[in-house]
Amino acid sequence: MEFLYDIASLINSTLRISTPLVFAAMAGIFAERSGVIDFSLEGKMLMAAFVAAVGSYFLGNPWLGLLLAIIACVSLSMLHGFASVTYKGDQVVSCVAINILIIGLTTALAAAWFGQAGLTPTLNEDQRFLEVNLPFAESLRDIPIVGTIYSDILSGHYIFVYLAYLSVPLVFWVVFKTSFGLRLRAVGENPSAVDTAGINVFAMRYKALAINGVLIAFAGAHLSTAVNANFFREMSAGRGYLALAAMIFGKWHPKTALVACLLFGFTDALQIRLQGVELPAIGEIPVQLIQAIPYVLTVVLLAGFVGKAIAPNAIGQPYIKER
Amino acid sequence: MAPVDKSKVPWWVSNLIVPLVNLTLALLVSGLFIFIAGENPYEAVRLIIYGSFGYIEGFAYTLYYTTNFIFTGLAFAVAFHCRLFNIGGEGQAYIGGLGVFLVAINFSFLPIPIVWILSIAGAVVFGAAWAFIPAYLQATRGSHVVITTIMFNFIAASLMVFLLVDVIRDTTQMGPHTVALPKEQWFPSFKDFAGLFGIKIRYSPLNISFLLAILASVFVWFLVWKTRWGYEMRAVGHNTQAAIYAGISPYKNIIIAMCISGGLAGLLGVNEILGVHHKIVAGFPAGYGFTGIAVALMGRNHPIGIFPAAFLFGILYQGGSEVTFDMPNITRYMFVAVQGVIILFSGALENLFRPQIESFFVNRLNIKASA
Repeated sequence: MEFLYDIASLINSTLRISTPLVFAAMAGIFAERSGVIDFSLEGKMLMAAFVAAVGSYFLGNPWLGLLLAIIACVSLSMLHGFASVTYKGDQVVSCVAINILIIGLTTALAAAWFGQAGLTPTLNEDQRFLEVNLPFAESLRDIPIVGTIYSDILSGHYIFVYLAYLSVPLVFWVVFKTSFGLRLRAVGENPSAVDTAGINVFAMRYKALAINGVLIAFAGAHLSTAVNANFFREMSAGRGYLALAAMIFGKWHPKTALVACLLFGFTDALQIRLQGVELPAIGEIPVQLIQAIPYVLTVVLLAGFVGKAIAPNAIGQPYIKER
Repeated sequence: MAPVDKSKVPWWVSNLIVPLVNLTLALLVSGLFIFIAGENPYEAVRLIIYGSFGYIEGFAYTLYYTTNFIFTGLAFAVAFHCRLFNIGGEGQAYIGGLGVFLVAINFSFLPIPIVWILSIAGAVVFGAAWAFIPAYLQATRGSHVVITTIMFNFIAASLMVFLLVDVIRDTTQMGPHTVALPKEQWFPSFKDFAGLFGIKIRYSPLNISFLLAILASVFVWFLVWKTRWGYEMRAVGHNTQAAIYAGISPYKNIIIAMCISGGLAGLLGVNEILGVHHKIVAGFPAGYGFTGIAVALMGRNHPIGIFPAAFLFGILYQGGSEVTFDMPNITRYMFVAVQGVIILFSGALENLFRPQIESFFVNRLNIKASA
């Protein structure tokens, strides 16, 4: 029973930890499928976490905080578009600028407004999202296996966890089953052909970036108004990059990207469990080395044991309409 | 707007006027941030200028920061000429510092100048080794260096904290740092030089690494513009297909460019360990690696541009610490945000006003010529 409980709690934390990665990977798919590199997922996630926490603190409602976070992230996406789509600046440079800007700005403003070394005030229960208990979770707990799955694994998550996993089929449907998705993918593969067909390449890329901004805002709000009850300095901790690696590993496809995100989430959950545990033959692994495991895994996955990843053809290139 | 003929644009317009306009815009936006944080931007500028030029210790600090930014700026620039975004300067500098320390402590029986040369080589080799793996993966597997180098920053941080806590820690002390190097090995500092001329200053982190930075700048200029290696590297960065057609191996050049880049970032460890701390302190690269990106982009990836850009960031850092001292609402993170704004305007948005400015000057010159 003890063992079963361990497994259940490990899966439970995997689902929770993967959530921001899933949102970020889905956001990345929209931007990159349209031909715009998005390394700025990291910065946008951090911005969303900051804005959601501050907004919710002042307005007293986490949904309003989330709304502000969405506005902030869409604005940053538009800035990225302005620099790299309209002004044809280097997309990677634009992303690096946004990431560094946001690391500095969020911490500096948190310190200036709240004076606690880059922390925002702790949110009370009304100001943050709480766990959602699915119906009958308590009464079904005692049923073997099914009860454990339903009550201990599926129930009791934050709303974002459910939204994240629902977003995957939705993104799949939009990208692969709608005419919008067809245009989106075409813009990323062969923009001049799309242009010939009378579709505005720039407008398509801006639309993709707007959706990207909305999705990534959920990831940030999950960090600061659900899992934690405040924002702290650099709380995104590289998750934007991990998600991007998951997306590349998943070949810019929602389903495979989800699998990669879950793998990262599982590694992270396992990493937390391994801290301070004596392993047979190896002994206790120092905590600093255990914490490095997700980052090492990212590099290993990117090195690709499943063949070279093929990016959308026109990625990273600004579209220049002929004069 | 119709694009102007590039050949008619004088060099000082594209390399001086346009960057200065972009910098001005960036500083205006930064002033807005300071205003949002609840402080007076004019007062902040006054403090920055006083802090970085107003007294001799302050100015020496400015040059000390400049030294670090020259190393990391050059590091980013070399890789960028091969179209590689090495944002792992932070981790490469950290590991480079390990190289300096290990060499200096293990070869302390040798004459001092030889120890110094070997330590500098240690910094370069360790920094280059840390850049080699992302370079190799980029060259052979196409794993984007932006992600892998960022991951190697995280891995370097974990590894170094592990080493500093469990392996090479000075066990007589509480903090996560190593024992100090023997005093003879310390680089002569500005304080020692000033003392020779009878000027007494209390403390200065500025040391002869500044000269090493200038030497490194000359080396980079020579390497990138005057050697075959540099030419091949730029060819791969400019047009990989054409380079392959000309018989240049992108594989080899990606790895060479990244290793030189990592080696230059590793030199930051020389300044910090032989020059300032004299031991490895946890987290000593303190964001200099990231600032190098802004420095390189502002300096248009040329050593002649990187020097003034590094100096400007030296002013911002040293003046910035004066600001954080006097203005309680401003922390050093405000200046991280300022870096972001500068990268945005002088990197990603560099074309914002370029066509307007260039055609303005070209038209003026035409009028003058025809009059």
